[in-house]
Amino acid sequence: MRKKSIYLLAGAGGLLLIYNLYRIFLVLPDEAMQGAIYRIIFFHVPSAFTAMSAYFAGLVLAMLYLSSGDLKYDSLAASVNEVGWAFSIVNVTTGMIWARIIWGIWWAWDFRLTSVLVGIIVYGGYLMLRKAIDEPTQRARLSAALSIFGSIDMVIVWKSIEWFRTQHPGPVLSIRTGGGNIDPAMEHMIYWNWLAIGLIAMAIVLIRTGQEAMSREIDSLRRLANAYESPISEAVTHE
Amino acid sequence: MRTIRQSFLLAGKDLALELRTKESLNAAAAFSVVILLLFSFVIDPGTEEAKEFGSGMLWLVFAFAGALVFNRGFSRELPNECLDTLLASPLSAASLVLGKAIANLAMLIVVEIISLVVFGLFFDIRWWLRPAELAGVSFLATWGISVIGSVFGALTVNLRLRELMLPVLIYPLLLPLLMGAIETSIKILANQPFTDYEWLWMRVLVVFDVIFTSLALALADTILVN
Repeated sequence: MRKKSIYLLAGAGGLLLIYNLYRIFLVLPDEAMQGAIYRIIFFHVPSAFTAMSAYFAGLVLAMLYLSSGDLKYDSLAASVNEVGWAFSIVNVTTGMIWARIIWGIWWAWDFRLTSVLVGIIVYGGYLMLRKAIDEPTQRARLSAALSIFGSIDMVIVWKSIEWFRTQHPGPVLSIRTGGGNIDPAMEHMIYWNWLAIGLIAMAIVLIRTGQEAMSREIDSLRRLANAYESPISEAVTHE
Repeated sequence: MRTIRQSFLLAGKDLALELRTKESLNAAAAFSVVILLLFSFVIDPGTEEAKEFGSGMLWLVFAFAGALVFNRGFSRELPNECLDTLLASPLSAASLVLGKAIANLAMLIVVEIISLVVFGLFFDIRWWLRPAELAGVSFLATWGISVIGSVFGALTVNLRLRELMLPVLIYPLLLPLLMGAIETSIKILANQPFTDYEWLWMRVLVVFDVIFTSLALALADTILVN
């Protein structure tokens, strides 16, 4: 069932991405002010949406784990946060390429860019923390707590372009501005590509969740084997 | 109320222990002085540049010195199973984190006073001309730093890479507090009154103190006990 879902999500996402690439590069015209480089927005914004959705899902899953103690929520939380982190990197990389062409610089220390960078460091710390703890329940508990603290930064990332005057462009999508800031065809393309990237991200999450569950199983088998090999269990067996 | 009384009891115990051994305070104060000394080679003391960058320099020194204090906060309870004993006692986990945060706040304020004196001498800056603003900013920012430092000290206390993980985890989260402290301290060091911009940052400090303290108390049980 899991394998079928993975193939289905990845297949649908891949096909949609190919169709979107055709529309982005061959159908949509250049933007009047920016020229061809504006097309990077179709990857920059959807990857940001995917990352934010993943971090939000990570927060919900962290709270579900803390309330139920079920490790499957922890495996899912670890996977979505990892995928979110990867898409944050895509988001920042595409943003930096656009900035180099349009602003003439790779980076500006405004609130949006800085808060996104802080998010990458916080969730990078989350991944490091998980590697530093061997015991599964302790790892799940502490990473859930860190995920809750990290979500504060996500609120800042989301609202920063409204709260502060930033070098990063202000809100353009009609869901935040009421319309008039972007051509509807371009806006729709952003959502279609978000769907494609989102489907691929979900497939990766499912793959990672399977790997997490498997590594937990291997770990518990290793512990069991060690317990049988320990001097105490040998003494008990001999008796 | 009971939690607060227990926290002060625990903070009193930590501070009495620290006064006897002075291991965190000596290390943090010495570290701060060394960093200020190194900064004096980067920025010319007595110049306008020193006033402009002094605020950022000071808060970086406090934050770095804080990591030394926070690392000791919970790890000092590890020998002789003291942490397990504390957790088995009727103390709540929230009072444990709050107590550590109060003790860390007191220790960091001592480090800040020492650093400010050294900073005034090395860089020829009169930092004491706006005492009310200085006290307000220092208290608000240091409390936020102490709460985050304490709760993450608890989170990392049993980790193999404790000393490495703590700074990696706390500094990004402390950024809004450090920015607020730096932006407001620039005016304090320049002996100028606060404008709307600085008051906005003061509100940011209050908001983050409330958020961080609430989250730290709410998650204390999860981090320490369950």
